[in-house]
Amino acid sequence: MSSIHPIFERYAALIAADTPVALATVIDGANVGSKLLVTTDDAAPVGTLGHPELDRVVARDALAELEAARSGVRSYGPEGQTTPEDLVDQPTIRVFVESHARPPEMWIFGAVDFTAALARVAKVLGYRVTVCDAREVFATKRRFPMADSVRVTWPTPIFEELGGELGPRDAVCILTHDPKFDVPAVQGALATRVGYIGVMGSRTTHDKRVQRLREVGVDDSGLDRLMSPIGLDLGARTPEETAVSICAEIIARRTGKGVPSLRDSSGPIHS
Amino acid sequence: MKELLGDIDRWRRDGERIAVARVVDIEGSGPRLPGAAMAVTESGEVAGSVSGGCVEGAVVGEALSILAGTTEPRVVTFGYSDDEAFAVGLTCGGTIHLFIEELDW
Repeated sequence: MSSIHPIFERYAALIAADTPVALATVIDGANVGSKLLVTTDDAAPVGTLGHPELDRVVARDALAELEAARSGVRSYGPEGQTTPEDLVDQPTIRVFVESHARPPEMWIFGAVDFTAALARVAKVLGYRVTVCDAREVFATKRRFPMADSVRVTWPTPIFEELGGELGPRDAVCILTHDPKFDVPAVQGALATRVGYIGVMGSRTTHDKRVQRLREVGVDDSGLDRLMSPIGLDLGARTPEETAVSICAEIIARRTGKGVPSLRDSSGPIHS
Repeated sequence: MKELLGDIDRWRRDGERIAVARVVDIEGSGPRLPGAAMAVTESGEVAGSVSGGCVEGAVVGEALSILAGTTEPRVVTFGYSDDEAFAVGLTCGGTIHLFIEELDW
């Protein structure tokens, strides 16, 4: 069967393994249905859209779409032309690029009950979840079976090892509310391009933490990146409700919607 | 598409022919983003969805006619009021464009 459907077989295997892949399909114009499969490694694209230059240009654009985790329709000339002057009097080929980006990452610091609930909700939303705590008895796969990875580590080493991989779609949630863990975790997160940094704690904990962070040299722009206290102002009480308020805040920050975050209000979090 | 792979694999082992419909574009309100997919077999089994349930019935009809060879693979639009539109629409008032083809690649 693999010889009959070579593109689909490869596409299905890559998607099943969460390996980034983009599938370009001609949906309108010459060669409707023709396919080009593009990956982020250096492998040559599989398939063709009917012209080598069109393949080259679409593969380039598909990689950019994949990087941005975007799927959509793009228009080209029969030989990959994209500029308006090159497209005058040319038939248009419309290509749908379907991106399968790697899943977004969520790193959760602190192996507490809130962590288990947050990891569960994050899995529902498609995150690859890593739980980190320096305490070996708490950071166990048995306590966090829903996590993709459980690491017994201090924050600094894991950020040094893997922080470079974090980007705008990823999230770091620091639930320890213990200064000796919070401060290096925040410093580590601020050194990355991660899109969301949330830090748990009461207003009092938050104020003390801000002071400690300033003492170690975190400036206003760094503090401004922190969602602290973490979460939307939903009145959440249980670990599960709190997890929803955190994940909802991550969505709202991404979409730029003005829903009330705890960071931007005052007074007790639980009243 | 990932959530469809199990069903597709099973159907293909059973020797079923399959059509796939994918959302390629949306205008205005639309429940599913580009990339959302649904698969339909020759015998009428369905996996996945492309809207909130508004157009799936019509998509099955279109998919079956592609498998029967009476329609070419093409973009179909739901929620539009021109001649090419289907009679069914989206209750949300949006427009979705689907590309429907046989899974023969």
